[in-house]
Amino acid sequence: MTARVGIVTFPGSLDDRDAARAVTRAGGEAVPLWHADRGLHGVDAVILPGGFSYGDYLRCGAIARFAPVMAGLMPAARSGLPVLGICNGFQILCEAHLLPGALIRNAGLRFLDRDVRLRIESTATVWTACYQPDQEITAVLKSGEGLYLAQPATLARLEDNGQVVARYRDGSPNGSARGIAAVANEAGNVVGIMPHPEHAIDPLTGPGADGLGFFTSVVRAMVPR
Amino acid sequence: MRTGNAAGQGGAAAQTAAAVPDTVARAAATPDRAQPYAELGLTGAEYARIRQLLGRRPTDPELALYSVMWSEHCSYKSSKLHLRQFADKAPVKGDGEGGGTLLAGIGHNAGVVDIGQGYAVTFKIESHNHPSYVEPFQGAATGVGGIVRDILAMGARPVAVLDSLRFGPADAPDTARVLPGVVAGISFYGNCLGLPNIGGELAFDPCYAGNPLVNALCVGVMRHADLRVAAARGPGNKVILFGARTGPDGIGGASVLASASFGGGEAGKRPSVQVGDPFMEKLLVECCLELSAAGLVAGLQDLGAAGVSCATAELAAAGGSGMAVSLDLVPLRDPSLGPAEILMSESQERMMAVVAPQDVARFTQICARWEVPVTVIGEVTGTGRLEMTWHGEVVVDIAPETAASQGPVYDRPAARPAGQDALLADDPATLPRPAPGPGVLDTLLALLGSPDLAGKTWVTEQYDRHVRGDTVLAAPEDAGVIRVDEQTGLGVALATDGNGRYSRLDPYTGAQLALAEAYRNVAATGARPVAVTNCLNFGSPEDPGVMWQFAETVRGLADGCASLGTPVTGGNVSFYNQTGGLQIHPTPVVGVLGVLADVRHRLSLSFGRPGARVVLLGRTRPEFGGSAWAWVAHGHLGGRPPAVDLAAEQALAGVLATAAEEGLLTAAHDLSDGGLAVALAECCLAGRAGCRVSLPGDAFTACFSESSARAVAEIAPGAEAAFEALCGRRGVPLSDLGTVGGDRLEVAGCFSVPVADLAAVHGRVLPALFG
Repeated sequence: MTARVGIVTFPGSLDDRDAARAVTRAGGEAVPLWHADRGLHGVDAVILPGGFSYGDYLRCGAIARFAPVMAGLMPAARSGLPVLGICNGFQILCEAHLLPGALIRNAGLRFLDRDVRLRIESTATVWTACYQPDQEITAVLKSGEGLYLAQPATLARLEDNGQVVARYRDGSPNGSARGIAAVANEAGNVVGIMPHPEHAIDPLTGPGADGLGFFTSVVRAMVPR
Repeated sequence: MRTGNAAGQGGAAAQTAAAVPDTVARAAATPDRAQPYAELGLTGAEYARIRQLLGRRPTDPELALYSVMWSEHCSYKSSKLHLRQFADKAPVKGDGEGGGTLLAGIGHNAGVVDIGQGYAVTFKIESHNHPSYVEPFQGAATGVGGIVRDILAMGARPVAVLDSLRFGPADAPDTARVLPGVVAGISFYGNCLGLPNIGGELAFDPCYAGNPLVNALCVGVMRHADLRVAAARGPGNKVILFGARTGPDGIGGASVLASASFGGGEAGKRPSVQVGDPFMEKLLVECCLELSAAGLVAGLQDLGAAGVSCATAELAAAGGSGMAVSLDLVPLRDPSLGPAEILMSESQERMMAVVAPQDVARFTQICARWEVPVTVIGEVTGTGRLEMTWHGEVVVDIAPETAASQGPVYDRPAARPAGQDALLADDPATLPRPAPGPGVLDTLLALLGSPDLAGKTWVTEQYDRHVRGDTVLAAPEDAGVIRVDEQTGLGVALATDGNGRYSRLDPYTGAQLALAEAYRNVAATGARPVAVTNCLNFGSPEDPGVMWQFAETVRGLADGCASLGTPVTGGNVSFYNQTGGLQIHPTPVVGVLGVLADVRHRLSLSFGRPGARVVLLGRTRPEFGGSAWAWVAHGHLGGRPPAVDLAAEQALAGVLATAAEEGLLTAAHDLSDGGLAVALAECCLAGRAGCRVSLPGDAFTACFSESSARAVAEIAPGAEAAFEALCGRRGVPLSDLGTVGGDRLEVAGCFSVPVADLAAVHGRVLPALFG
């Protein structure tokens, strides 16, 4: 019995196979979910992968948020289903109001692909339980609209509640408020992260294997030993 | 509504046709009607030939079709006679599985190479130079889109792109317009499409000021069984157009834009530049692969230059059985388009398939799943003719091969330019050289701080190199490396190289040096080079001097490929890269594909093991003609380019591949522009590590000569004797340079500089120029 982690493919999703590979490496079973399919096929957790869903037309994540699969996902997420949104998936979660805040164009107005050092600020989420508090990891930032933004009151609440999950260690390369790279909902089951942990699971193809912890965290949480 | 006699109407055929459809019957009845062939880029003789082939005047849609199909861009009419050498001199490949045997060669959308374990790779490079000058963002974006569809048409999954870019002086105002737009366009399209960008080139020279070069390479992977051919066979089979709808963009892109020199008024050509939608292309990629996997495709063709004209004519000509198409059925973005415009439109993100009638329903279902519009527009016939109707009347009725493969062929006059001897005689040996010691360091810093050799992070950071999770090496490595099979580790390496300065001095040698450098770059990652693609960028073929450069280039490249045993699998020619009398340097860009049996054995250029020995492989001669030093220090271009020794290149590549497989090396880097000093600096910069070396002989020559067939390597501790023995067996000269360690680059008795200082000089150039 292993954790079944659904990975949604929207039209324009790009990092779905990478997310699936990361789940498999972490010992889970990757289950493909199709955007037009309302059901979640009984998965234990869901990943919304990176990419350009619907070409990022209108606004990043704004169209995907209305896909049929989201109709099933949104209530499940509110009921505690673990959901991880990576990059475009983070944008979709914000558009769906499953996470607070918004992501807008990078401060430099250019797409950035860069290895970044992150500090794990919260290990109280189902996606970061395997990390040590304040552990520093390297992941891959690759986005054009990765600047995280929220109202000052919202940012203060995130900090107070421990909902800031990861922060850029060496200053925010895209201008994100308070250097925020990842946030969680209050319950800690829904996490959005702008850099890609799934591209940091193997030194052969990425900057190391630090990102694997996100996937082992959820796989272990779903299969109690 | 329709007039019987349209004679004397002005304007292009496209405009005329929209208002007054011209039919085959009408063409026969009005043989003397004046037609705007010159505005469409055809010569009087070519127009006469069309009339002769048809036995009547062409209809307006036929004229439109021939004008794009017989354009230089599509027909290769000035280059064909020369390009035959690539096939005639091709090395015979008989070494079986994985040895680079060609499964499909020149003449297909892209060549296909066997890489072993049941996998095949297809790769090709193409230019989008003229559109990128007129409208940098969309021009470059659609350049990526076009080459990706070529790969897709072979049945392969595109897995990576590279781009080779050349611009005018880095500090010229127009470069500030063109370069950021081109880079943003490639970034926009490639990133959204989900293809890692793993390498390429960026160079600057005044000769590219009005004619930037934007060459895009795509590589795709397939199982042998997935190989698709572009041919319409089987009468009754349906002809299906799928993907984006057809609009009024890119009309005449191949003829009016790509096949003429610039002479002012380029803004008016903007409608000839296509507009890209990478999201639709991503859907098209997934849709095509699912259609192929389901076995629903009898023939597949991308729509690129010359759009529907090219796809129908080439499919019909290759199939040999004929095709009937109703142009009324082509889905339009702009309903006012007439048949001639539909035939000439280069709207992006479209594909054409030939499908058995019983498979059409399943084909349509898969397209619907990917939300890709799909339309049956005709069928394969047994007539041998390409027939098209519009509003119930026949508007095109031709033998398809007359458009696809029997276009004009020109043996254009070629003559060695008068100034060539003087150029060769202008030897840089007499130029002042830096004082020993600090002067050598100043020269190194000047080279590292020159736009050609400076760090390219400002550009490469805008490209997604990680997507798909199979990128093992990417820029600034010598070649990009992509894993093909996760279980076995099988992978491919790709590099593109070209050097306009060398080719300007001696185009035969320049072509071989470009080939040798790309070959060496691939070898420096530990891969075994197996095949070649090329993009030949030149001025006007109507200039005999340019034609001589072109002929020499092709001869040099074909001879070089024969010597190295790496066949040319396909490529592209871009002529008319000149504005007024100013033409670009002859610039062949050569792409080399290599195979790694296991990508875990790849070599990076990064130094990083303190105490490890650093060696120089190859022989250094005082060779400075066309060198980076002569250009950066003196603005000088003259003399002879470095000598080519392809046997030495082969021996070096063999040593690097074997050493990588046996784990004898921990880093390797090829020597090219800027010589050994620049190469050592790059190894230190990539690994954030220092090294201490002592150089044999004259320090200036050792540091900055650009002799070919050389590399630096970091030997795995403990493997020194084994590596030396390997070099000895293969006849590759090895010189001990020193060791890795510390945080400075030190050349004994010459200079010592912190790597951090090198990084500052190297890193600040492009951000300072482009923000």
